[in-house]
Amino acid sequence: MKRFAALIDRLVYTRSRNSKLALIVDYLRHTPDPDRGWALAALTDALDFPAVKAGTVRALLATRIDEELFRLSRHFVGDTAETAALLWPDGSGKKGDISVSAAVDALSAATRSDAPAVLASLLDRLDADGRYALLKLALGGMRVGVSARLAKQAFAQAFDVPVDDVEELWHAIPPPYAPLFAWGEGRAARPDLADVAFFRPFMLAHPLDESEAIDFAAFAAEWKWDGIRVQIVRGGGAGGAETRLYSRGGEDIGAAFPELLAAFDQDAVIDGELLVRGEAQGGVEGGAASFNALQQRLGRKTVTKRMLADYPAFVRVYDLLGVDGNDLRLLPWTERRRQLEAFVPRLAISHFDLSQVIEARDFAHLAELRAGARDAAIEGVMLKRRDAPYVAGRRAGLWYKWKRDPLTADCVMMYAQRGNGRRASFYSDYTFGCWSDAGELLPVGKAYSGFTDEELKWLDKFVRDHTTDRFGPVREVEKTLVLEVAFDSIHPSKRHKSGLAMRFPRIARIRRDKPAEEADRIATLKAMAT
Amino acid sequence: MARTAAWLEPHPHGLYVRPADLWIDPSRPVERAAVTHGHADHARSGHHAVFATPETLAIMALRYGVDTAASRNAAFAYGDGFERGGVRFSFHPAGHVLGSAQIAMEYRGERIVVTGDYKRRADPTCAPFEIVPCDIFITEATFGLPVFRHPPTDGEIAKLLAAVRAEPDRCVLVGAYALGKAQRVIAELRRAGWDAPIFIHGALERMCALYADHGVALGDLRLVGETAKAEMAGQVVLAPPSALHDRWSRRLPDPVTAMASGWMRVRQRARARMVELPLVISDHADWDELTATIAEVEPRESWITHGSEEGLLRWCELTQRRARALHLVGRDLEEEA
Repeated sequence: MKRFAALIDRLVYTRSRNSKLALIVDYLRHTPDPDRGWALAALTDALDFPAVKAGTVRALLATRIDEELFRLSRHFVGDTAETAALLWPDGSGKKGDISVSAAVDALSAATRSDAPAVLASLLDRLDADGRYALLKLALGGMRVGVSARLAKQAFAQAFDVPVDDVEELWHAIPPPYAPLFAWGEGRAARPDLADVAFFRPFMLAHPLDESEAIDFAAFAAEWKWDGIRVQIVRGGGAGGAETRLYSRGGEDIGAAFPELLAAFDQDAVIDGELLVRGEAQGGVEGGAASFNALQQRLGRKTVTKRMLADYPAFVRVYDLLGVDGNDLRLLPWTERRRQLEAFVPRLAISHFDLSQVIEARDFAHLAELRAGARDAAIEGVMLKRRDAPYVAGRRAGLWYKWKRDPLTADCVMMYAQRGNGRRASFYSDYTFGCWSDAGELLPVGKAYSGFTDEELKWLDKFVRDHTTDRFGPVREVEKTLVLEVAFDSIHPSKRHKSGLAMRFPRIARIRRDKPAEEADRIATLKAMAT
Repeated sequence: MARTAAWLEPHPHGLYVRPADLWIDPSRPVERAAVTHGHADHARSGHHAVFATPETLAIMALRYGVDTAASRNAAFAYGDGFERGGVRFSFHPAGHVLGSAQIAMEYRGERIVVTGDYKRRADPTCAPFEIVPCDIFITEATFGLPVFRHPPTDGEIAKLLAAVRAEPDRCVLVGAYALGKAQRVIAELRRAGWDAPIFIHGALERMCALYADHGVALGDLRLVGETAKAEMAGQVVLAPPSALHDRWSRRLPDPVTAMASGWMRVRQRARARMVELPLVISDHADWDELTATIAEVEPRESWITHGSEEGLLRWCELTQRRARALHLVGRDLEEEA
């Protein structure tokens, strides 16, 4: 537990992605099985001990410390695991470390009735940092800023294997991933996935550089729908078929969309866009709502009947990666498309429809169609090379995304906050607003990108020279600077006083020439909302 | 029975000793002030007459231009004191920073001790805390919750030095309060055998010189402003916490940001301050020291001020000790701890 505790302690305080990566790589290389596998699972929140919950910890602490002192401490610290780790009396148990796997075994074997005793005997043997690590392992919610993607990259880097392979295997092998480590270290062959509904890493697109000459005839064009990319896999053998729904990062999000899992009854692997029924985006079998509506369904562990009824989800299918036990990924797009068109009718039309190919004569024609897509709240168009196989990641020359031009608005800087890491000494995060009918500035968004290093220096100086008030790390500035803000779309939102929220806002230009009174009005932005 | 210690009146801006017409650590200018130590939330400018230890007076002279030579101000060494209006005042080491004192007062057979800020563990820059028996013990409670248990200082200093040695191309920038914490960290580094020059922010210069004048050896200190960036690689740099993420820090070689404070015990607090290397080094008593001190002094009643009063009050209740919370204003707990 000591090594694991030291790792998460370092991760908590390390902000740079590369430094986090280096810490995990070092840990994976120098820690034996199965500890490193359990640690990896804990970092990516892949562990669950049904008998050990925050309530178990609170109840246990009540037997060791006054409840009022616990409550005051918890209130101050803001985290149950950390409060308990700090409050647990030191050195009451046997000395010596316990391994991560011993802790996992003990927690897994615990029942609701003996969980407090199991936890107590583990806590007794650890110091404060070890107790924190143990409780975080038990309760989840590490808050160390390590995504599944980062963990996979660390694994690939630690053992010098392709990250795509790691991605594919990762989701098919349960913690502590012993076969994965054996393969990584060259002690065993690549694990065989024939019997599992495993995740296939997504093929991704490069933004289209319009100055680049590409052979239009070699590409097929498709709409880029404004939802989230998902993969549905149904497969497996002896143990019975299982269906899984993966997000772009390989996260299993099936629990939030039970209706899709239930409706997908074919042995196949599809790539598509997850959407919610609505008016904003067109389609053959009825329209899709804006991204905003989909957000109501995202990030949930369970879903209510009400959510299912109010925001019915469906998938608009882009690609077919496998069917009836055959892997189609090495086939060219044209052939996969042919098979996809033949396959889609086998799916329930209520939950799956086919994303149409756009028939365009040339770039100019496509540009015209793309411009016309604005009202339909489509993100843009995709160009896919007709002869390309389905390959993981972003490969040059195969797929391009051609987003429609962003919307822009002239806004006034209202607040600024310091950035992170390299930007910690710069005011680099800006909140900006537009004018209400009453002549009041209301915040409409926050952006921290889009400017050059030179512009950042200038903006930082502007903030420092024009500060009118401070609220902790936030500075309020004189409302004089106009920023031209670019954004992909804008939606109604209850979170902001202005009633609007922008998607992907970034600073397009600093408009030193423009007086603040001439910045845009909220009403103008409302008219752009989808 | 008359209310206990009716001659000492707690007000939001300080403690007023009525028979002596004198305030203790008032947060606004008064005619006569007895001051426990030099931190700005205890020592304010603008008092007509100040009574304090010689070191505290020197610190106030440096910070506010208090005239140490003026006869209305008076300096008292530890153990010494004065009498006024029938109240006998005396100063006793509090172990918090250079010159920090507990103020004991005796009036008509009743003795009250005001700790100001204090700690119990060793500090090479100041005299150690002394137990002064009393009827009423007025204690601070900055870390008055059982989550606060400061680890041994040596271990934290070792952590700092390990970080310095781990990355010879970078420096470690330690945020430390300008009065007390900065000098203590430097003295602890020297004690641990670190004899390289230590680089300091300009705001620390005069206070470090004052400590050296009072016999606290701090070794070779150099100003960051007068040093080339490359020279500070692999070295320790000290600055006040407010400078950690200021433009000033751009002149340092890729600093690892550290902070020396008792608050660093709580991870998300350290994280919120964007600290990479938290050092739990505090000039305040932790929970165990606070409770052990009350138990040792064994006063008839404890009055608890500035900090987590509720936690310590609850402990007194659980251990059947009489206690009450005083709510003094103007105590800045975040920066200096």
